[in-house]
Amino acid sequence: MGAAPVRETRLRSATKEVVLASNRPFCIIGERINPTGRKVFQAQLRAGDYSAIEKDVLAQVAGGADVLDVNMGVPLTDEPELLVRAIGIVQSLTDLPVCIDSSVVEALEAGLAAYKGRALVNSCTAEDDRLAAVLPLVKKYDAAIIALPNDHDEIPMESGKRIELTEKIVRVATEEYGIAIEDIVIDPLAMPIGADPTVGVAALETIRAIHERWGLNMTCGASNVSFGMPGRHAINAAWLPLAMGVGMTSAIMDARTPQVVEAVRAADLLLGHDEWGGAWISAFRRRQAAEAALAQAAEAAQAALAT
Amino acid sequence: MTPEEILQGLYDRTLEGNGPAVLELTHEALGMQMQPGSLLFDALIPALEEVGARFERGDFFVPEMLIAGRAMAGSMEVLRPLLADTGVETIGKFVMGTVKGDVHDIGKNLVNIMLEGAGFEVIDLGVQVAPEKFVAAIEEHQPDIVGFSAFLTTTMPMFKANMNALEKAGLRDKVIVMVGGAPVTQEYADVVGADGYAADASQTVKRAKALLHERRAKVLA
Repeated sequence: MGAAPVRETRLRSATKEVVLASNRPFCIIGERINPTGRKVFQAQLRAGDYSAIEKDVLAQVAGGADVLDVNMGVPLTDEPELLVRAIGIVQSLTDLPVCIDSSVVEALEAGLAAYKGRALVNSCTAEDDRLAAVLPLVKKYDAAIIALPNDHDEIPMESGKRIELTEKIVRVATEEYGIAIEDIVIDPLAMPIGADPTVGVAALETIRAIHERWGLNMTCGASNVSFGMPGRHAINAAWLPLAMGVGMTSAIMDARTPQVVEAVRAADLLLGHDEWGGAWISAFRRRQAAEAALAQAAEAAQAALAT
Repeated sequence: MTPEEILQGLYDRTLEGNGPAVLELTHEALGMQMQPGSLLFDALIPALEEVGARFERGDFFVPEMLIAGRAMAGSMEVLRPLLADTGVETIGKFVMGTVKGDVHDIGKNLVNIMLEGAGFEVIDLGVQVAPEKFVAAIEEHQPDIVGFSAFLTTTMPMFKANMNALEKAGLRDKVIVMVGGAPVTQEYADVVGADGYAADASQTVKRAKALLHERRAKVLA
């Protein structure tokens, strides 16, 4: 079978475009703008204090995120309203495109309506009712969609079943809802390696098959694979380049972990997606300059103390 | 080997997650006419308690917990019928399931391992368990505790739906309800009217035992 064409998923803010494609640098979707499991952040949001959002956005941008995932799933609150507010704040702070993350359809719709640009929607499963609820919104607001090849019964462990469900997603999205195939981003479901030693290879097989058959862009939660293990950053930093080698084009990850970000950018270079190492060398110079500035400041402070 | 050496071996090999060795020692012990209850209470349960303690301290990791649980389960398959024959009772019965709309089960399975490791009989209903299925299982098995697991903020509301179904079936006072899962908090557990919440597998065991103790004390009083 001949290789599938390169598919370009175009995401935009009001002023900036980011493109996901298998011949381009990996797309880092910064994930921290999410209160799940963060008690203090949740309490702040309930009290109308949004200051943590600003801190998280700036940290993800500084860490090298290309897109920002925004999730406002705080139990017992008005999620649509919260999400609209958060998107407004994010768009006032950065020109990076946004990935609107919710499993509440009303929140997705409110978020899409408020967003300026072309968003990525996170996410939709292959279940009939979820496809029917989410895909019309993706079409209406001209967005792209992250879709997971799991259905009502289970998260399938075999690659074959995931390919089958990817086929269903592609068919339903393109034929029934008129969504361009370029705007479908598959999450191939990388599961924790600590709970089952076979899931790494199964996920890599799935990624390769989806890449070869459709050329679809793919993303994943980068830290899923290392759940329950020590040394998680090192595992994530090994996982993403392996996945990139077989067609993964993006990940939802914490851009504040330099170990993982650098692994991804080195893999970009090695896969030929960073021609002549331009981005790699610039990043090195930026770090060098920052270190020099820091050393100079320390020296100046010491001199001031001595006098 | 002396009985003491067998018990020590069972404890050590279970802690290491060496399933074949645990099974072999189990057969050897039974061949020596050791009591099944002694193997369970003097070796297997203490081993899994140690697994839980190490996990809580961050000295043990998920794969180690899983293989220790699997090693114990292999031995329990041999012991369970014998325990029933000799009238050894489990410390309690636990019906467990991931709520409707949710297919996540890794966390739930870890909790099951630790509950079984503590001597509970666990009836696992799997994932996507509808309220009426919980009701039917509670009627059939008459557990001491039922556990609802949810991994998504969107499936957490099923806790309330399950509670309503228990109320309607007249079962609410007959069973202790525990809830858990990544996005779940004590506050949320209180809002839905659950009896208990725990943040991880080994805390679930502690909380379950404490709730059971409270309930039994109340019944006796």
